[in-house]
Amino acid sequence: MSATTSNTAFFNQLKKYYSFYTGGFIAFVIILAILEQMGLSNQVIGYIFLAATIALYAGIGIMSKTADVSEYYVAGRRVPALFNGMATGADWMSAASFIGMAGTLYLSGYDGLAFVMGWTGGYVLVALFLAPYLRKFGQFTIPDFLGARYGGHLPRTIGVLAAIICSFVYVVAQIYGVGLITSRFTGLEFGIGVYAGLAGILVCSFLGGMRAVTWTQVAQYIILIVAYMIPVVWLSVSITGNPIPQIAYGQALQGVTAVEKELNDPTTVKGAAEQTVRAIHKAKAAEWGEKLKALDEAVAAGQGQAFWAEQKAKAEAKLAEAKAAVPLDEKAVKAAQKAVDDFPKNIDKLKAKWKAAEAGAKAKSGNVPAHAAAFAGKGATDEEKQKDSNTKRLNFIALVLCLMVGTASLPHILMRYYTTPSVREARQSVFWSLFFIFLLYFTAPALAVLAKYVVYTDLVGSSFASLPAWVANWQAVDDTLMKIVDMNKDGLIQLAEITLGGDLIVLATPEIAGLPYVVSGLVAAGGLAAALSTADGLLLTIANALSHDVYYKMIDPNASTVRRLTISKMLLLVVAVVAAYVASLKPGDILFLVGAAFSLAASAFFPALVMGVFWKRANYLGAVIGMIAGLGVCMYYMYTTYDFFGGVAANEWFGIKPISAGIFGLPAGFLGVIIGSLISPAPAKEIQELVDHCRYPSLEGDIDTKAA
Amino acid sequence: MQLTEKHREYWRRNLRLTAVLLSIWFVVTFVVIWFAKELNEIVIAGFPLAFYMGAQGALIIYVVIIWFYAKRMNALDKEYGVHEGED
Repeated sequence: MSATTSNTAFFNQLKKYYSFYTGGFIAFVIILAILEQMGLSNQVIGYIFLAATIALYAGIGIMSKTADVSEYYVAGRRVPALFNGMATGADWMSAASFIGMAGTLYLSGYDGLAFVMGWTGGYVLVALFLAPYLRKFGQFTIPDFLGARYGGHLPRTIGVLAAIICSFVYVVAQIYGVGLITSRFTGLEFGIGVYAGLAGILVCSFLGGMRAVTWTQVAQYIILIVAYMIPVVWLSVSITGNPIPQIAYGQALQGVTAVEKELNDPTTVKGAAEQTVRAIHKAKAAEWGEKLKALDEAVAAGQGQAFWAEQKAKAEAKLAEAKAAVPLDEKAVKAAQKAVDDFPKNIDKLKAKWKAAEAGAKAKSGNVPAHAAAFAGKGATDEEKQKDSNTKRLNFIALVLCLMVGTASLPHILMRYYTTPSVREARQSVFWSLFFIFLLYFTAPALAVLAKYVVYTDLVGSSFASLPAWVANWQAVDDTLMKIVDMNKDGLIQLAEITLGGDLIVLATPEIAGLPYVVSGLVAAGGLAAALSTADGLLLTIANALSHDVYYKMIDPNASTVRRLTISKMLLLVVAVVAAYVASLKPGDILFLVGAAFSLAASAFFPALVMGVFWKRANYLGAVIGMIAGLGVCMYYMYTTYDFFGGVAANEWFGIKPISAGIFGLPAGFLGVIIGSLISPAPAKEIQELVDHCRYPSLEGDIDTKAA
Repeated sequence: MQLTEKHREYWRRNLRLTAVLLSIWFVVTFVVIWFAKELNEIVIAGFPLAFYMGAQGALIIYVVIIWFYAKRMNALDKEYGVHEGED
């Protein structure tokens, strides 16, 4: 009874703290807004936001420092459902969700919705199949469950391995995001930005483990959701007069659809102008095609290296020419310098770059695709179109399934449900988690359409002489995000003349909506919060897998508490530094790898975890075969189909893209568990009792699996 | 620890609830995607139906599914006397 009252008191106390904190944060933003009006420069605002938020997270980290094992690993198991929901939300939503999601939807319309559905629907699986049972089991890590349920070291070891693979690529992407945001908003160099962000991550997780990470994540969730909502609501009001963007954007979508029709109709003035630009793109695509042919011929003749050197020399000659030109054109020199600096490092990368250029030109030489249309097929004949459309549909379904099951298998998310006080609260907590995630995800499609509406109606057809300020600004900052060139020299902007990077949508919304710079700073702080919170959770998962599962459970089960925590913290430091180092190399394929993490997690964990609870007959051999088969099939498929590993698209089964490899790994995993279990004896009575223990929140004469 | 018939019934009801909710999840996700082109012909308040389901409708249903599961199971725990003590 007294524990319940103390839980309630704790909850009320938390509510008070975080209300106070939210108020304080809003006051802080308002003060900055006033200072901006008084002439504070944009760069200083960027620095203040960066410094203030990182100091805040560090402060929470220091206040939550702990030397208690249970506090360090699972925040003392007393995080109320609502707050665990917020923490999971921040843990879940990465820099890619915060900055990239709306952009993906802008660029790919309906086809981008696979991410929206996949990254939310997975929580249904978490709720129905995992969270309550894992909470009842109640230890520290996901490999813990595999170890206890299936016995022996092997299932645990495979679990550790899979957890590290998935989490590591993911954490590299987060730290990369941190570097990008800090460098963009403060002008610091990318590498320095990475290590500045790293400091913010470490202070928090290093001192207080899960406990510090949890309370910081709650704070980060509040910042990121406020930062996401303010510009979208404002944009919605200024376009439609309705402050609820999720409803209002239907109107904007109709506007967008009308413009799409006009631009695709050559009998209209705008449509005819688009045609002239498309013809230019078509010619360019053909040009790239010729260049690619020459490259392929050179490679076939064994002259690839020479061809590459020749192209590089050409870029260098262009730079020398630009430098020698009279009068000196600074812009041309800068562009030529960049071309030399960024010149692909080998013939394969050169080919990839040219291929991308060709594809880009080709895409712009065709009609504008309709935003809401599903699976638009391409091809010369109706039959080809139908076939392409069906493949797209299949890929969409496969991706949604992989993202969903992957969500329900990622250890850093599942681990969060160990931290609630009870099974009851674990169930409620999944609801709160999805609710808080849902707030952002069901806003992103609205933002994408509203931004598209602005581009299609305000920007297209306006004059190059009077570009809106936000366009000019972003073009100057980064031309991969925004680039407009008057290709047909008519002085007016056509849609096909605009090159827009997905990340621009969220970053530029405050300016598009005409909000002061302080809101841009807020958005940056939100993006940073999203990246830092996810990185925190992932680092902890990796370090815990190594220190708890490998060191404590396998190497030295008699280690003292102090020693366990020291090892855990040392490993955290090592993993963080390695991840930051990898991120500072700017690995280009990081986005693919993040997508791959979902397929890998789904194939490796989901069958063994779910069957562990729902099928008493599942045993050691089943788990081992299932996990190896799932992981193996998934990795094999990626290896043979993804060009990063030297695979080719011709190896694809049913045209399924490598990112959705889990669609094959998942059934392999389930089959492995079933077959492996049936060919070996049923698990011991104690194991079956453990399953019952997980299934019922409370049983008389129940065993106790709680870890101390 | 011996399971009684009542315990088994609790588990069966849990499985039934899980199956029903999972079917709803399956329909609003995969069946809607499969027929997306056809469903997009229906336009409500400016939204083609399949697009709306992917962008918002399905998400709302997911939230409701989880909310209902938590509520129902927490009640079921009490009904069958397997709820947690007050600690």
